[in-house]
Amino acid sequence: MNNQRRTVLKSGSGAALLGMLAAAGIITPGMALADWNKAAFDAKSMADTLKALGAGQPADSKDVQVTGPDIAENGAVVPVGVASSLPNVTMVAILIEKNPNALAASFTLPADTEANVQTRVKMGQTSNIYALVKSDGKFFMATKEIKVTLGGCGG
Amino acid sequence: MGNPMKIRAANKDGVTEVKVLVSHEMETGQRKDSAGAIVPAWFITELVAKHGDKVVLTSEFGPSVSKNPYLAFKFKGGAKGDKITVSWKDNKGDSRTDEAAIN
Repeated sequence: MNNQRRTVLKSGSGAALLGMLAAAGIITPGMALADWNKAAFDAKSMADTLKALGAGQPADSKDVQVTGPDIAENGAVVPVGVASSLPNVTMVAILIEKNPNALAASFTLPADTEANVQTRVKMGQTSNIYALVKSDGKFFMATKEIKVTLGGCGG
Repeated sequence: MGNPMKIRAANKDGVTEVKVLVSHEMETGQRKDSAGAIVPAWFITELVAKHGDKVVLTSEFGPSVSKNPYLAFKFKGGAKGDKITVSWKDNKGDSRTDEAAIN
């Protein structure tokens, strides 16, 4: 029992130390990022993000569905889902037009994984949400406006 | 490091639905603390889900994914008792792997 308590204490202080190091700038963020698409996540506008993802000008498609609330009371936790009936979907991305960086998340789907993902995102203000889907090598998009009562970015 | 993830996986009619709840701050780097200093960004950048040795989902997150990220997805195949492994890493180089069996 006592041993276990020691371990918990140790791991707790380890995490705190890591936080302190990072705050002091010893560990710089972005150090261990290998495959992460920095250009796409750093892009501010919708157009730049689409460019960084290699999507160009995606066509609007009825076969892509964005699900989410019409009004989100708390912008810090907005449930968003993307589904598509298009064939051979290999990539799904969620973009929020008016967030500081438009791209929220992107998913790579192997052949057996269905084009149906749900997650939760933060929204700074009322904005259009775009679902970007890559099917058979082409990009398609769908939009939904979500009204935010209380923003989830900034304090 | 970090706290364990909650992973639920259920197979129905040959399709396995996986739900993951990760415990992570997901700090955006935009917030300021009470002293006016910017709170440094701290968020999960990559999350990979595997069924056995086969990757079933690769995700890249930005800081605008909510605190304690939730993720749900479905894949064809999978049987009761099969192992689902989920790993993430964040922008500070921290990482964690957890696993669960399909119900």
